[in-house]
Amino acid sequence: MKRSGMTGQRLAAIFLMGWLLLDYPILSLFTRSGEIAGIPLLYAYLFGVWVLLIALMALVIERMRN
Amino acid sequence: MGKRILIVDDEPNIVISLEFLMKREGYEVDIAPDGEAALKALAEGRPDLVLLDVMLPRMNGFEICSRIRANPAWREIKILVLTAKGRDSEIARGLGLGADLYVTKPFSTRDLVAQVRRLLGGAT
Amino acid sequence: MLQGSVIVLVSFAYLGVLFAIAYYGDKRSEAGRSIIANPYIYAFSLAVYCTTWTFYGSVGRAASSGIGFLPVYLGPTLAVALWWYVMRKIIRISKTYRITSIADFIASRYGKSQALGGLVTVIAVIGVVPYISLQLKAISGSFAILLHYPDIVMPAKVVARPFFQDTALYIAMTLAAFTILFGTRHLDATERHEGLVAAIAFESVVKLLAFLAVGAFVTFGIYGGFADIFQRAEESPRLQALTTLSNAGGSYATWSFLTFVSMLSIMMLPRQFQISVVENVDENHLGKAIWLFPLYLLLINIFVLPVALGGLMLFDARGVDADTFVLTLPMAQRKEALALFAYVGGLSAGTGMVIVETIALSTMVCNDLVMPVLLRQRWFRLNERRDASALLLSIRRGAITGILLLGYVHFRAAGEAYALVATGLISFAAVAQFAPAIFGGIYWKGGTRAGAIAGLSAGFAVWAYTLLLPSFAKSGWLPAEFLTGGPLGSALLKPQELFGLAGLDEISHCLFWSMLANIGTYVGVSLSGRAGVAEASQASLFVDVFRHTQGFERARIWRGSASVQDLLRLIGRFLGPDRAHEAFVAYARRRGLGSLDDVPADADLVQFAETQLAGAIGGASARVLVASAVHEEPPGLDEVMDILDEASQVRAYSRELEQKSRELEAATAELRAANTLLEELDRMKDDFISTVTHELRTPLTSIRAFTEILLDDPHMHPAERKRFLGITVKETERLTRLINQMLDLAKIESRSAEWHTTELDLNEVIRESAEATSQLFRDRNVALALALPQSGPRIMADRDRLMQVLINLLSNAVKFCPPREGRVEIRCSAVEGALRVDVQDNGPGISPSDHQTIFEKFRQVGDTLTGKPQGTGLGLPISRRIVEHFGGRLWVESDVGRGATFSFVLPLEAPAAAGGEPARKAAGTVE
Repeated sequence: MKRSGMTGQRLAAIFLMGWLLLDYPILSLFTRSGEIAGIPLLYAYLFGVWVLLIALMALVIERMRN
Repeated sequence: MGKRILIVDDEPNIVISLEFLMKREGYEVDIAPDGEAALKALAEGRPDLVLLDVMLPRMNGFEICSRIRANPAWREIKILVLTAKGRDSEIARGLGLGADLYVTKPFSTRDLVAQVRRLLGGAT
Repeated sequence: MLQGSVIVLVSFAYLGVLFAIAYYGDKRSEAGRSIIANPYIYAFSLAVYCTTWTFYGSVGRAASSGIGFLPVYLGPTLAVALWWYVMRKIIRISKTYRITSIADFIASRYGKSQALGGLVTVIAVIGVVPYISLQLKAISGSFAILLHYPDIVMPAKVVARPFFQDTALYIAMTLAAFTILFGTRHLDATERHEGLVAAIAFESVVKLLAFLAVGAFVTFGIYGGFADIFQRAEESPRLQALTTLSNAGGSYATWSFLTFVSMLSIMMLPRQFQISVVENVDENHLGKAIWLFPLYLLLINIFVLPVALGGLMLFDARGVDADTFVLTLPMAQRKEALALFAYVGGLSAGTGMVIVETIALSTMVCNDLVMPVLLRQRWFRLNERRDASALLLSIRRGAITGILLLGYVHFRAAGEAYALVATGLISFAAVAQFAPAIFGGIYWKGGTRAGAIAGLSAGFAVWAYTLLLPSFAKSGWLPAEFLTGGPLGSALLKPQELFGLAGLDEISHCLFWSMLANIGTYVGVSLSGRAGVAEASQASLFVDVFRHTQGFERARIWRGSASVQDLLRLIGRFLGPDRAHEAFVAYARRRGLGSLDDVPADADLVQFAETQLAGAIGGASARVLVASAVHEEPPGLDEVMDILDEASQVRAYSRELEQKSRELEAATAELRAANTLLEELDRMKDDFISTVTHELRTPLTSIRAFTEILLDDPHMHPAERKRFLGITVKETERLTRLINQMLDLAKIESRSAEWHTTELDLNEVIRESAEATSQLFRDRNVALALALPQSGPRIMADRDRLMQVLINLLSNAVKFCPPREGRVEIRCSAVEGALRVDVQDNGPGISPSDHQTIFEKFRQVGDTLTGKPQGTGLGLPISRRIVEHFGGRLWVESDVGRGATFSFVLPLEAPAAAGGEPARKAAGTVE
């Protein structure tokens, strides 16, 4: 059953954003050396974006339920 | 001693063919066109084998079969049921009522003769 | 302390726990109280994606390519965002059309093609065998390593060991046994295994906890936290390179391709399809899964790089394989319990994958490869087997064993050449070949079967050439020149630098060319050909599934003739005419039509009618009733074979059973009454068919018997021979008459007979009929008298049919009249608005109790005097139908010993004609 079409579109938007952020060329911006709080830049960036994506998806879906 | 066969069928042409076949084999033949006549013929001259059609007017073949088996004097009579219905349920029913063999129409004359001979245990 | 026996015991204990959970889950499911009807369980079960590849291999990969291990998990994270559209559609299609595997899905979409199903199965098996062998490698390796606790000894080379001493073989056999126990205890029509899903969800938790435990231990126990590890790693340039990516060696391209291929694998892997689609209980569970599953992936990957770095630093140059760090690090630190926990985690990851993947593959092998072949070979026997479930189960068990053996063989033959992850990626690339056919299948109606077969074959061929064969070359089964110089020395065809495309790692290279070949041929062949009828209808069903279903359980393409009014009347009988009318009007509106009259009587409407009725009397009964109200055209051979295939497979049989038992439970008293009615109709139909069979076989018996008699006796007396031949001819005529009349009756009843209605002079017709039967009268010496009015009244009727009726009545009359004394009279008179014809005879008469019987098919009466009548028993029913067609009535007045009078009336005005012009000349077909 197709619920809110907005959910699907939002998720698709998250997909696009995610792919942009996690692939080249944007990825190459973070491949230089450096650290954040002792954690290498790329590592922190990747996991950070990852958490962000998951959080956004959770938000979109849980919001739809209400 | 000549064996005696009772043919119970209401289709005249089929009766003619069966009669010819059995006579050709040397058996003696009685004919009954329906259940009543069949029981009468059984009482008067005990046949050794009955060629029994299922689709008969008024009393059908199964009933005749069970009546034959119910009579202790007729226990030895072999019953060969002939029918155009070939459903498994029919076959099971027939054999369950005490028929010795079940042959579907159209039958092979050679087969039928062989089966009759087998049931009667050897040629005359 | 960690002796072999302890490890074995723990292993079996763990498997036992898994089995117990599965057993419990199945029992609850049977009781109707499913424990997996829960989005969290669904989300966790998806984590079967993480195998020993994730548990051990990621660390190994990270140790050599650093962060390059991650795309395999980022890909699925991105892909599930699209699941809202894509997966929902796939699940809806699969539930609606009862699809039970990925091969089934593809085969079904492209016209239920068995060739395609078989092809997909073969590709799946070949593609996934390496993946299974890597699980065996990891489990046997971890076992061997743990055995040497506290020393760290890498397992000896596989080929050095004879195979009966090879633990991997025993592990493979044990896994086969457990898989058989998990998945083939009985057959489920929907191919769902609720217990298995529960067990998988459990083991997902176990492996996550195990990995987190080891990861936390290494990061916080051995070192002082993330920052600490990374700082120390930076002291070595080699290690530092691992914490980031550079474009050296084409790693950018690798990253992209890996992300892409894992996006596909999360759906195309047979085990993923099985768990996420087939085992899915509720579409709405997708929501939670879309963010919970990526969260799981994130958690299980946080510590991968730290562990890799830690291992590299601790085991510096000691020759410890990085694939084993997760186990060897706790071992090196003498943490016995943790090492055992890690071992169990790895075992968990591996067995979960093997069990689900093998079950999925064995289902495909059984349903889409073996069964179709068996069906075509000796389908008689298969049809006669009352219980084919034993056969099916044996095939599946055989398949499971075979696949695991294949996995073992691959392990022995090629296990050393690759690290865990590299082996797994080979399988990823293989199953990625399904993607064009599937995505094309659900979004593009133009995708044809030929296109799918071409695309799959091309992609698979390229995959085999660029990835599989090279893997054999690297293991020594093919000469190395094959790789370096290309076959026959042709540099352009070098398997891993095809057409000179260098600079890509082997997976990316393979993916590029195989996808190009696959998509190119798929689209090209689809566009250049034309879809067959079956394909086109399946395409529409798949692509438009949301429009067709809205939750309906099944749809099928179906041809037949239905009348909207017939269906409306039928539904009205059960729901009440008003409710039925309301429902139909609503349906019309839903289809965007103005009124009920605009509704075409098509499959959609029939589907709708069935569903409405099913609400009242159950699905199975509804289907039969609707089918009886509607005249279905006999399907073509293809459809028949499909139906036969479906029917022969226990799958369909179980489905029917499952549905019937569920609906029966919810039945009301009305349902029972409707069922009784149905049984009555069914029995009557059966009686009719068996009567027809009997009627046809009776003359055939005489014909055959006499023909054989004549053949057997060449010396028969000529007179007798003549007699017998005569009988044969007569019986042939009888049979012909019977068949003709039955066809006639069937045509009239199904309203497909042709009627040539013209204006007639009834007197003339009567005279003609009398003429036609005059010979009969002369033969029996029966008198015939005509009492007709002066001027012939004219009516609208079909001349031939009318004569048929009159001749029938006349010949009946003459048959039952006594010879010489018999007298038959035909009268024609005018009554109000109609003409009446009477045929009276002075025969033995018909008792009133038989007045209705004689008009029934095949019924004949009056055998006391004349012996068995030679008629067919169909003459009167046909005559009655004919008369009724013209709006008249045919009946008999008679009593025993008083002769019989058959009468019929024909209205002067034909009922179908518009009022006002009864004498209008009309030729041609009416109705």
